Amino acid sequence: MMDFINFYLVPGITLGAIYALGAVGVSMIFGILRFAHFAHGDLMTVGAYFALSAVWLLGIPALAAIPIAVALTCLVALFADRAFYKPLRQLPTIYTVIASFGVALIFRSVVQLFWGTESQVYSVGFQKPIVLFDSLRIATRHIQIILATAGITLVLHWFLHHTQMGKTMRAVSDDPALASVAGLDPEKTIRWTWIIGAGLAAIAGVFVGLDTDVHTMMGWNLLLPMFAAALLGGIGKPLGAIAGGLIIGIAEEICTYPFFGESLISPSYKSAIAFVIMLLILIFRPRGLFKGRLL
Amino acid sequence: MELSGILFYLISFLIMGGIYSVICLALNMQWGFGGLFNAGIAGFYAVGAYSAAIITSANTPNHVGGFDLPIVVGLVVAGTLSGIVGWAIARICVRLKADYLAMASIGIAEIIRLAVINEEWLTNGSLGVSRIPRPLEEFFTGRESEMVFFVFVWIIVAITFWVAHRLYKSPWGRVMRAIRDNEAAAESVGKDVQSFRTQSFVIGAIFMGVAGALSAHYFKFFSPDATEPLLITFLAWVMLIAGGSGNNKGAVAGALIIWAIWSMTEIITQQLPPDWATRSSYIRMLLIGLFLQFVLQRFRAGLFPEKAPKLNVKSHG
Repeated sequence: MMDFINFYLVPGITLGAIYALGAVGVSMIFGILRFAHFAHGDLMTVGAYFALSAVWLLGIPALAAIPIAVALTCLVALFADRAFYKPLRQLPTIYTVIASFGVALIFRSVVQLFWGTESQVYSVGFQKPIVLFDSLRIATRHIQIILATAGITLVLHWFLHHTQMGKTMRAVSDDPALASVAGLDPEKTIRWTWIIGAGLAAIAGVFVGLDTDVHTMMGWNLLLPMFAAALLGGIGKPLGAIAGGLIIGIAEEICTYPFFGESLISPSYKSAIAFVIMLLILIFRPRGLFKGRLL
Repeated sequence: MELSGILFYLISFLIMGGIYSVICLALNMQWGFGGLFNAGIAGFYAVGAYSAAIITSANTPNHVGGFDLPIVVGLVVAGTLSGIVGWAIARICVRLKADYLAMASIGIAEIIRLAVINEEWLTNGSLGVSRIPRPLEEFFTGRESEMVFFVFVWIIVAITFWVAHRLYKSPWGRVMRAIRDNEAAAESVGKDVQSFRTQSFVIGAIFMGVAGALSAHYFKFFSPDATEPLLITFLAWVMLIAGGSGNNKGAVAGALIIWAIWSMTEIITQQLPPDWATRSSYIRMLLIGLFLQFVLQRFRAGLFPEKAPKLNVKSHG
C-alpha cells in the first residue's frame, strides 16, 4: 500500500500538477481567443530554458529563477501574439491554429539554436526524500511542486472571481459578443490571457525540469496530455483544467501499478492514457466535466 | 559524368517531390476541400509505410511476415488501413469544431508512434523493417531501378491528381466547398455535413497511407525515425498553403517548390564550417517556421489560388 502511495500516487499528483498548470493556459486561450494553441507546450520549454540560463548566470536555485522565467516567457508570448496571431484575428480561427503550429516550431528551433539539444538539469546531486509517519517517503521536489500548484490554484480562483479582469475574462469566455456589447476591452483581456497562460506555462516548464530534466522536446511531448486535461475540465474553465490535469496525471501513473500482479498497461503506453481520456470525453461529454463551452 | 550526376540528383529530387505531392494532394482533400485540420499526417503515413513494408518484404523472423506479396497489394492494404484509422478518428471528431479534430489527430500520430516503437513482433521496433522491394527490381538495378521508381511514383501522383481533380469538380466537391464555407447553409439544404466531412477525411487518409507506402519502397528500409512529424506533417502544411489550398495544381506545385527550397538549403548549409553544420538544421527549421507565418499573413491564397469551377446552370425561360 505504501509503495502505491510513494511510487505511484505522489508522482502521479506531481505530474498532474504540471499538466494542470499548462492546461489552464490552453483552456483560457481556447475559451477567450477561440483557438487550440499548439505552441503552448513549446512555450513551457522556453520558460524552462530561461530559468536554466538564470540558474547558470546568477547561481540561484531553480525555484528562485521562476519569476525571471515567468516575466521573460510572458514577453515572448505577448510578442508572438502581436507578430503571428493578431494579424490573423479576423480570419476563421483555424488559420491561427495553423500559425501556432508554426510558432511551436519557431520556439523549439530557437531554443535548439541557443541552448543546444542536450538534456540539462538545474542542479546535480541526490535529494534525500522526506519521511513522514515512518513509511511515507516524499521527494522534496514533489512536495515543492504540489504545494506551489495548490497555492497557484487558490490565487487563480481569487483572481477569476474577485478582480475586475478575472470577471471580464470569464464573461468573454462565456459570451464574447455580449462582453463586447458591455464595453469590455477585448485586446486588454487578450493580453491578460497571454500573461496568465504564459506565466503558468513557464512555471510548469521549470517544474518539469525540477522533476526530471530540461530538454528541447519536453514541451511538445506534454501537449497531448495538456489538451486532454483542458477538454476534460471543460473549455474556458481554468479551474476545471486544473482538475483535468490532476486526473490525467494520476491516471497515467496509477495505470502502471501492478494491481493484479501485473500492471494494467505497459508503462511504455502511459502517454496513450491521455489520448484515450480525450476520445472518451469527445464522444460522451464534449463539454467536459465542468460544463465548459462547446466551440 | 557531371551531367548524368545532375540528372540523377534531379531524379531522386523528383521522387521525393512526387511522394510529397501525394501527401499534399491528400491534405488538400482534407483541408482544401473540407476545411479539416490534420496535425497527424505522420501517423497515417507511418500506417501506410509499415503495412506496405510488412506485406511486400520477404519472410523474416524479426517481425510478423513479411508476406512477400506484390507491391500493388501492399499499396491497397496501406491505403485501406490508413483509411480505417482516418474513419475512426473522423467519426468521433467531425461533429465538433475543427480544432478538436486537430487536437485528436496529434494524439493519433502519438499512439501510432508508440505502437510502432513498442510492438516489436509487428514492426521490429526501433530497428525497423528492412529488405522492402522496389517495383521490377529483378529486371533493373542501381540507377536504372531509380528511373523505374521515378516513373512508378509519378504514375501514382497522376492517379492521385486525377482522383482529386474529379472529386473537386464533382457535385461531391461542390457540397464539400459549401460545407467548408458555410456549414449552416449547407445543412439547411439537407446535406449531411458530418458524413461528407468524414468521407473527405477518409479519402485524404487513404492517400497519405499510399504516400507512406511509396517512401517505404523507395528507401527499402523503414524505421520509426522516418516518421519524424516535422519532416512530414509540418512540411506538408507549408507546401499546401504556399501552393494554394483548394487547388490541386497548387498542391503539386507547392510540394515541388518547397521541397526544392528545403533541399537547396541543405546543400547551402553543407558548405558551412563544421561547428555551424550541426546548428544549420535548426536554422532551416526556424526559417521554414517563419516562412509559414509569412505565407499565412501575406500570401494566404498561395501561388495558385483556388478557382472554383463554373456552374453550368441553364436558365429556364
